[in-house]
Amino acid sequence: MEVTSIINGIIIDHVPAGSALKVLDYLDVDPSSARLALIMNASSERYGRKDIIKIEDIGSDDIDLDVLGLVARTATVGIVCGGRIVDKLRPVLPEHVVNIITCANPRCVTTTERGIDQMFHLMHTEREEYRCDYCDEEAQF
Amino acid sequence: MVGMSVITLDSLSVPQIQDLLHKARYIDAHRRQVAHTCEGRVLATLFYEPSTRTRLSFETAMLRLGGQVIGFAGAQLASVTKGESISDTLKTVSNYVDVVAIRHPKEGAALVASRAASVPVINAGDGGHMHPTQTLADLATIQSRFGRITDLTVGLCGDLTFGRTVHSLIETLCRFGNVRFVLISPNELKTPQYVLDRIRQTPSCSYVEVSDLSEVIGDLDVLYMTRVQKERFFNEDDYLRLRDTYILDETKLSLAKDDMAVLHPLPRVNEIATEVDSDPRAAYFEQVRNGMLMRMALESSVLGDDLPGYEPLETRTLEV
Repeated sequence: MEVTSIINGIIIDHVPAGSALKVLDYLDVDPSSARLALIMNASSERYGRKDIIKIEDIGSDDIDLDVLGLVARTATVGIVCGGRIVDKLRPVLPEHVVNIITCANPRCVTTTERGIDQMFHLMHTEREEYRCDYCDEEAQF
Repeated sequence: MVGMSVITLDSLSVPQIQDLLHKARYIDAHRRQVAHTCEGRVLATLFYEPSTRTRLSFETAMLRLGGQVIGFAGAQLASVTKGESISDTLKTVSNYVDVVAIRHPKEGAALVASRAASVPVINAGDGGHMHPTQTLADLATIQSRFGRITDLTVGLCGDLTFGRTVHSLIETLCRFGNVRFVLISPNELKTPQYVLDRIRQTPSCSYVEVSDLSEVIGDLDVLYMTRVQKERFFNEDDYLRLRDTYILDETKLSLAKDDMAVLHPLPRVNEIATEVDSDPRAAYFEQVRNGMLMRMALESSVLGDDLPGYEPLETRTLEV
């Protein structure tokens, strides 16, 4: 399979296999309008299998690295300029996330109270465990 | 603590909790002297679900400090039936009162309330989540029975999955350290992993999980009984099957130490036989009294109303 290189844009590599579409959704990138290439279930020396996302005409400022860290912790972001990777970014797990994920606990106040943000805090880095600020329920991704 | 909202006990430091315990003891010994401490103050008790015991405790605490009380009990009486949000209610009530105690069936409601209010908010229970003043009552009772809240073997029995008072007590005791926990429950109602992790992270604390109360009751300094709560179950059959799993009676109590203290957040259903009430080890009605005293300590503290003649613990410690 051949996928042409991008000239200016980003390459999100080492995305957990099978999750590229979910990552695009969280990053708010619309696959129906963006110029992008998805490679899913490619072989990876480090992880066995991985997904790769290449997006043309987009800068690192246009994607939320905190969100990427949240949904694809192993990912790296290559910044492509003039057909060459000029920088590589590694997202970290954000300490606090606002209005990215919603609380799945039916007893949580966020299910009924209008106009409040969905807020989660990082509880356990190794387990990548986030808990709701309001009810302490573990986040479901 | 002046102006602070108390949503979970995590927002209070260990010295602040110690000072509240000390203050509650002072209040108990100086009821007349403190009777006008909060004169001119108004407490709002916003109870979106019924909890007569807790509401009366908060209200009595304020009345005994010389303040007054407004509020509602039961959401059907409140503007919530017209669709008002918690935030809007708190923004409104903040204009009327000096301090708010809120109880709400939704988890996290007290945090929402505190963010909207311009006066201190005290969490009087938000669903199955937090009930910090219950834990303060538990600590005060252990302190009054043993003169300390460390170097104890504390058994917790019954519903350890949904029992918020149990989780809160364990986490708070871990902050003080040197406690051996004995977690007594059926398999279906075991302690959640994050609570066990909290004990593991405290080097001076340890735990064992068992299912037979009689086997371990002789080792305990404190036995904290809990109610298997019907409202936490989606399935009534599960509730009925597990409700009667542990019942404390005189036969089981005869195996316990003479100075063991039996605590219970109340109300009980049938998990403690009434014959236990007259046993000197029964401490659960003392807990109710301590709850009111701790709420008096808390209300006066967040309002910044000094108790006449009270010397803060830190000052006393420094002098010693």
